[in-house]
Amino acid sequence: MNKKRSRLNNFYLFCYIGLLPTVLLYFIFRIIPIVDTFRLSFYSWSVLGVGNKFIGLENYFKLFSDKLFITSLVNTTLFAILVVSFSVAISLALAIMLNNKRMERFSPIYELIYFLPVVTPMVPVAVMWKWIYDPQYGLLNYFLSLFGISPKAWLVYPELALYAIVIMSVWKIVGYYMMIFLVGLKNISKEYYEAALIDGAVGWQVFRYITLPLLRPIVLYVLVVATIQAFNVFTQVYVMTSDIQGAPGRLVRVLVYDIYENGFRYFKMGYASAEAVILLLIVLVLTVFEFRVMGKED
Amino acid sequence: MKNIRWGSLKIIIMHIVLILGGIAMILPFVWMFVTSIKPSTEVLSWPPSFIPKSPTWENYRTVLREAPFGRYFLNTLLVSTISALSILFTSSLSGFIFAKYKFPGRSVLFLVLLATAMIPLECYMISLYLLINRFGWINTYQGVVAPILVMAFGVFFMRQNILSVPNELLDAARIDGCSEWRIYTTIILPLSRSALGALAIFAYMQAWSFFIWPLIVINERDLYTMELGLTMFQKRFTVDYGLISAGSMIAVLPILVIFLILRRNIIEGITLTGLKG
Repeated sequence: MNKKRSRLNNFYLFCYIGLLPTVLLYFIFRIIPIVDTFRLSFYSWSVLGVGNKFIGLENYFKLFSDKLFITSLVNTTLFAILVVSFSVAISLALAIMLNNKRMERFSPIYELIYFLPVVTPMVPVAVMWKWIYDPQYGLLNYFLSLFGISPKAWLVYPELALYAIVIMSVWKIVGYYMMIFLVGLKNISKEYYEAALIDGAVGWQVFRYITLPLLRPIVLYVLVVATIQAFNVFTQVYVMTSDIQGAPGRLVRVLVYDIYENGFRYFKMGYASAEAVILLLIVLVLTVFEFRVMGKED
Repeated sequence: MKNIRWGSLKIIIMHIVLILGGIAMILPFVWMFVTSIKPSTEVLSWPPSFIPKSPTWENYRTVLREAPFGRYFLNTLLVSTISALSILFTSSLSGFIFAKYKFPGRSVLFLVLLATAMIPLECYMISLYLLINRFGWINTYQGVVAPILVMAFGVFFMRQNILSVPNELLDAARIDGCSEWRIYTTIILPLSRSALGALAIFAYMQAWSFFIWPLIVINERDLYTMELGLTMFQKRFTVDYGLISAGSMIAVLPILVIFLILRRNIIEGITLTGLKG
């Protein structure tokens, strides 16, 4: 009995000591800052620590009359909707094509090519797209001119710039979701398709009644992850639009850019934290949504 | 007969679509390379030329003279290696413990991990900055690497993999007198080699494209990462696209080389880690 007990204590000791580094790092650099963000959002706060004081919900009230914040929220939402729907639709179509039996031989080379933008870091990619979008000498305007379309100042006008960044972001991520869908498609048992074939199902029906329902968990997962990622868009916006016309970030203002500017250019840390809380709530809603849906699937 | 022909036609159409898409994937890279070897007069010529008339390495020489890209590379390598090693260690050990042990507090800890796993750095970077500032870690390597030392997804991923190790194997080792730590180092780690490889690739990629955090905590040029260095470089030479393209090539090249060497591992590693995590 005693021996068993000491064995058990040993087990526990190993568990707790083994988990210590993970738990410690996770709490210090993640959980505590997350909780602290909520606290900060009720304060008027600056880095220097002068004039920090509790102001309740004032930051939040201010946020919803802040034109720049509203603009960023609208822009980011629009960006997320566009990027997520296009990238998921395109990557699903690509994956279905590659999953064809007669594509098997060529699939690896296509996978390699479509994965190229995925592994390349964002900054060089954003830099080269900025050059492609150049209003005077850009490659895109050159191609459009071949079809008689007049050159456009892609990154200069806010509406156009948002779409330009959407195109570039879809280009960057499509290969990743394609691979995830491809793994999902490969996991669908051949028997389902054979059964469908015997029942006389054709092309679209097979997709609608066999592929899509069986792929549902993965599609949902990708939708949620992609949406969260899209709401956090920053790097490409920062690199591609922040220096144009000397109007830093006024053009395609997105949520994280607004947080960054308020927090680290104007040092309104409390105010920026309130914005961050809004972003966090968006992420949490999406996470809960995923858990609920996934829970049902299981 | 009709069916076979339609089948072949379908395949051909698919190839055409995939090839066009593939060209769109590669073209920006090609265009960047072409631009980088053009002299500045030719960069701004219209219509643009796809084969440089007088190719030159001059842009590369200027880039390396103007900005310490070698230093940026080493900084990034250091930060991402520390991050990857730490993530591998913490994920495998705690993944093992969550997979194979029952202890008080287990489900609470796991739930906390699960609930916060999705929250991105952008949501809490302000308080994290204040914390790092209090540690005096602004403009240091430890300041850059701090938020990427553990990865919740890594823990789930390793746990998922270690679950499939048979318990009999662990019990047999215990009967032979193995301590739990020995089991971790001599059984679990070797058995999860391929999972660890996938996770390592994922961690490296995450650290390599880390941007907003270094932007906030680093303002000394000697500590810039590749991403940050390139951003600052392109801000300095906004209009000189020959130079900027050469800088981007320098940033992209090492990654492309590694990708082409380890292509299968990288594609599978990133996809599977993303999927199972």
